[in-house]
Amino acid sequence: MAGKPKLYYFDGRGKMESVRWFLAAAGVEFEEELLETREQYEKLLQGGSLLFQQVPMVEIDGMKMVQTRAILSYIAAKYNLYGKDLKERALIDMYVGGTDDLMAFILIFPFLSAADKEKQCAVIVEKATSRYFPAYEKVLKDHGQDFLVGNSFSWADVHLLETILMVEEKKSDVLKGFPRLQAFKAKISSIPTIKKFLQPGSQRKPVPGDKYAETVRRVLRMPFDFKAN
Amino acid sequence: MSGKPRLTYLNGRGRMESIRWLLAAAGVEFEEVFFDTREQYDKLIKDGALMFQQMPLVEIDGMKMVQTRAILSYIAGKYDLYGKDLKERALIDMYVEGITDLMQPILMFPFSPPEAKEKNIDAIKEKATNRYFPVFEKVLKQHGQDFLVGNKFSWADVQLIEAILAVEEKVPTVLSGFPQLQAFKKRISDVPTIKKFLQPGSPRKPPPDQHYVDTVMKIFK
Repeated sequence: MAGKPKLYYFDGRGKMESVRWFLAAAGVEFEEELLETREQYEKLLQGGSLLFQQVPMVEIDGMKMVQTRAILSYIAAKYNLYGKDLKERALIDMYVGGTDDLMAFILIFPFLSAADKEKQCAVIVEKATSRYFPAYEKVLKDHGQDFLVGNSFSWADVHLLETILMVEEKKSDVLKGFPRLQAFKAKISSIPTIKKFLQPGSQRKPVPGDKYAETVRRVLRMPFDFKAN
Repeated sequence: MSGKPRLTYLNGRGRMESIRWLLAAAGVEFEEVFFDTREQYDKLIKDGALMFQQMPLVEIDGMKMVQTRAILSYIAGKYDLYGKDLKERALIDMYVEGITDLMQPILMFPFSPPEAKEKNIDAIKEKATNRYFPVFEKVLKQHGQDFLVGNKFSWADVQLIEAILAVEEKVPTVLSGFPQLQAFKKRISDVPTIKKFLQPGSPRKPPPDQHYVDTVMKIFK
């Protein structure tokens, strides 16, 4: 079915935010169905729309895609943001794997107790500044190019910018000591599609708070709680 | 550096096992470097071989690849186990990601305390029989083909049989109620490269034991 991709998720960032970022960066308009009630979710389940009974789910090109990584890979290939050959794709996959791992520490943040939130903040900053940011700083330093892979804008650049901004929301000066990442951030933020996404009124979602956590818990009937890493 | 891919990891399954499976399924011979001391690990880090200071590490086609999924995707793409077009690749990716989610508690199982082990086995059984196996049972039933995607052997088939065998090690009767998966298991086990991998003497690693757990704790704590 042609037409805009349609995203099914809660009214908040979570795992869907990377998909919003990426479609926006690719200049692709999309629709959203925001899950607010258990009933909406059960309707999706009963309709057989959720392959593994989970969201994110994206209707795109006649498919009901689930699994965030699969969705993002499809978008990357379709819109030519996946490098020019197998080796560039390998690099992009590696780099996205790293930012994904860092993002995972941030994803659970809204579900933590206040005390654990403080602990987790420290973990996020520590991982960012000692493991992940140095790796990407080195990549940029070694080739001296504007983009992470193949001197060409790709999925890896979008995902890294998204991650940088999320970490900065936890510690605003976290890029101190990473001059190339600072330049990277400025450069990628000024790409027209991304600049537009970063402006008010776009489909970008705000920092998740208690309301988001409460909605997710209620709709999914989450029987468990998260702890700090 | 040309030649066989070289895998660097502990002498055990962990996150490297899926890579061993896929290379073997593709008929690709590989070398392995096993390490079991903190010093070896520190040296790898000092040499800058580990982009995120983590393993698995696979040296292949001149690249020092890390990130399990990236490595598997590269192997699948290189050896034509990734479908014939974008949409088949999307299906393979979806299935593989789902199976990876199922494998996650199995990966973590050796490190759970003894008193939690029974509960963890129940959770694995529940997820397998209620969430994941029914999906693949249905896929196979609906198209009636031998392989999960595009009537052709792919990464998804390899990942699924690895997961089925791993779950069966914890829950031996888990496939009762899934006739399509039983037939699938038998069929894929008979694929020559897989059959060879399932025989003694192959690079396949045994289920993780206490020695493996102790080694991981020693190196990464």
